[in-house]
Amino acid sequence: MHPIVKPAFAPRPTRRGFLAGTGGLILGLHLAPQARAESSAPTAPTPGAFVPNAFIRVAPDDTVTVLVKHIEIGQGANTGLPLLVAEEMDADWSQMRAEQAPSNPQLYANAAFGIQGTGGSTGLSNSYMTMRRAGAAARAMLVSAAADLWGVPAAEITVSKGVVAHGPTGNEASFGALAEAAAKGPVPEDVALKDPADFTLIGAEGITRLDARSKSTGQAEFTIDVYRDGMQVVAMVHPPKFGATVASVDDSEALAIPGVRAVRQLPSGVAIYADDTFAAFRGRDAVVVEWDESAAETRGTDEIVETFTAAARTASLVAEEAGDADAALAGAERVIEAEYVFPYLAHAAMEPLDGVIEWDGSAAEIWSGMQIPTTSHATLAGVMGLGQEAVTINTMYTGGSFGRRATPDNHFAAELANVAMAGGPGAYKLLWTRENDMQGGYYRPLTVHRLRAGLDGAGNITGWVNQLANQSIMRGSPFEAMMQGGLDPTSYEGANDLPYELPNRRLAWAEMRSPVPVLWWRAVGHTHTAYAVETFLDEVLETGGRDPVQGRLDMMRADRPRDRAVLERVAEMAGWSGPGTGDRRYGVAMARSFGSYVAQVAEVEDRDGAPHVTRVWCAVDCGLAVTPDVVRAQMEGGIGYGLSSILGEAVTLEPGGRVAQVNFDGYTPLRLPEMPRIEVSILPSAEPPSGVGEPGLPPIGPAVANAWRALSGQAVRRLPMRPA
Amino acid sequence: MAITLTVNDEEVTLDLDPDTPLLWALRDHLRLTGTKFGCGIAQCGACTVMLDGFAQRSCVTPIGALEGATVQTIEGLDGPEAEAVQAAWTEINVPQCGYCQSGQVVSATSLLREVPKPSDQEIDDAMAGNLCRCATYARIRKAIRQASDSLEA
Ligand code: FES
Ligand code: FES
Repeated sequence: MHPIVKPAFAPRPTRRGFLAGTGGLILGLHLAPQARAESSAPTAPTPGAFVPNAFIRVAPDDTVTVLVKHIEIGQGANTGLPLLVAEEMDADWSQMRAEQAPSNPQLYANAAFGIQGTGGSTGLSNSYMTMRRAGAAARAMLVSAAADLWGVPAAEITVSKGVVAHGPTGNEASFGALAEAAAKGPVPEDVALKDPADFTLIGAEGITRLDARSKSTGQAEFTIDVYRDGMQVVAMVHPPKFGATVASVDDSEALAIPGVRAVRQLPSGVAIYADDTFAAFRGRDAVVVEWDESAAETRGTDEIVETFTAAARTASLVAEEAGDADAALAGAERVIEAEYVFPYLAHAAMEPLDGVIEWDGSAAEIWSGMQIPTTSHATLAGVMGLGQEAVTINTMYTGGSFGRRATPDNHFAAELANVAMAGGPGAYKLLWTRENDMQGGYYRPLTVHRLRAGLDGAGNITGWVNQLANQSIMRGSPFEAMMQGGLDPTSYEGANDLPYELPNRRLAWAEMRSPVPVLWWRAVGHTHTAYAVETFLDEVLETGGRDPVQGRLDMMRADRPRDRAVLERVAEMAGWSGPGTGDRRYGVAMARSFGSYVAQVAEVEDRDGAPHVTRVWCAVDCGLAVTPDVVRAQMEGGIGYGLSSILGEAVTLEPGGRVAQVNFDGYTPLRLPEMPRIEVSILPSAEPPSGVGEPGLPPIGPAVANAWRALSGQAVRRLPMRPA
Repeated sequence: MAITLTVNDEEVTLDLDPDTPLLWALRDHLRLTGTKFGCGIAQCGACTVMLDGFAQRSCVTPIGALEGATVQTIEGLDGPEAEAVQAAWTEINVPQCGYCQSGQVVSATSLLREVPKPSDQEIDDAMAGNLCRCATYARIRKAIRQASDSLEA
């Protein structure tokens, strides 16, 4: 999801101004219980617990539970946010626990969005100060409780690894022992934060993720694991073409299957209600639906690509311009051009979309993984005709998302609500099959880039023009209000504001329309812009007789020292000496995204005529690395996910408009034998933390493609590299 | 038709359609939810369990064929290999979203029971059937190696 997301959903100021100013925290024992009463806390606080604010709960057994306002989709939010609290509380890491916060926009809004949501790799950056202040306030309250209890000055009290102590008298107490007294004390107005030089947890190695054990033993509870009394499982049949609608339904065969209870037509398709999953899935196969395809996308991929390519060639909506690019190209000694085609991509998270809903006619409770619970909440309440206070959402562990569960149109929340409404009061688990998921749209937009560069006689780049065509993600969503001058930055981000000196340049976009729904897909626009820019640049540099690393450094803008530093670092790590000459070749690429800077070198060999990546070196500057091991894991994951897509992923439409890929047999993600060895270097930084969930992805595609071009002589301009 | 089998050391009787995949019998009827659904066609490995001592895709295993069989799910996985694998998984912080990891842990445990000191190639072969969209593969390799070393020690 994209970070530039604010005005559309600015929350009403709360009566306590919780989010006033810098996202500051109003501490209050009174605030938290109220907040909990109004919302759906997953578990009630233990009696005698100290609940200093909406984020922290200290229990008599010494555990400190942090309510994490961002959904845990693998990115480590349930580790990073508690770590910030633990640092300022001087807690011991072993006493920390994480729990997903309920849907409550007033309490848990994302400071970057103004609503509660997770995306754009903003989770840690916008919580950095909030969670630290929360921890510091809790510490201050514990200290003041101890001071009262022991009759000593608070200033003489120390806290270390969860133990509150007073040296001169030898008094000692754990957090749990002080919890009840602390709960009665006043809430500090202002608390001092630690000097970063005194950090013991932030930036430390050896931090075990709080969810590592439960996710290695099958204990972590995902949405699919929720069972309610009398719950029916609901499977869906969706239109086989985008934009088609139900014309008629023959449910006789489906209803004859033992365990199938009902078949209902919903706005999004046909729902099969059953006693268990097996019956629901059989019913799904047995129901016969006629479709109205009058408004459907009937073009196949080849036809769409043709249309988009023509549009890219004439793209005229200018997103960025400097100097006179046309004159520069006209006067160039040599002009190089290339066109790139990027397919639709499915997120294909391992847990298909799912949600559980239980309602009694007047109130509803939901269990799901929703990345923007605030708007999902409104959708659920709206469809069901309930007040928002009558709807509670429990956020569950989620088997990946990569953007898929951050749908501005809330289509899944709406379908879940419709399932409940059509079924009547009761409990339902809506579970998409892999086929629903793969063929259900909300893809990374199919994109065509056309790039042109002019060179002078010495091989310097004198002009640069990038024209591209794709569908807008924001168009038709609540984010449309933020499109300025008709531009959707998520369509071309990463092709603008390049780190290179290009005095004569133009970036232009052509907006395409199609009934195929598109969505942010891990790293969004950067998934294609980095590839187009960095592979094209590589070819241009070679034409001008430049080395890929030195050529980039020579063009680097003076005001982009962080880009320069990651490139220099990665060259050093890889022992860069050019693309190489033997059976293994090297390619480099870099990209800044979501506030972070990443450069990578890939080592590639030829395996049966296709690229096989053996090693990747990755240098990242993500500001202060709160949990270095999580940063490394996210770089590895971004590299794997990106490599997966450029090597073997594509959603294609057959002529007539049907999706060709059905499941993981036709849509083929990266498997373990194809995973390269990865070395990550995190540049030391005192800048505030920036994103890590997405920035690892953009450079990998172009780095691999550049190495492959050195090896095979082929520039891959239509992805994926290894067609199925 | 009732089918009797042993699941995690307990004898259970399932009175279900014999075509019911083991995956859904475990999840919907025995409430053993550690075993996950990812594809339903033996392509992703999220549903991997031990069946009579071997890693098996439960989504394509009908219970009708399981009379008298012995099944171990992630909940009941035990023994030195399983403990070593889970300890290494935690220490190396393998899981991200975690959804695929029950299947990964079962496959890795099965590998180490058969091949205590697997080569790189043997690890690649044994784990190729388990997809991880979070791409935790590099750490899976490392954790298998660490578990193998700790078993030897
Ligand atoms: S669910 Fe069985 S292999 Fe995917
Ligand atoms: S950890 Fe997310 S799919 Fe493997």
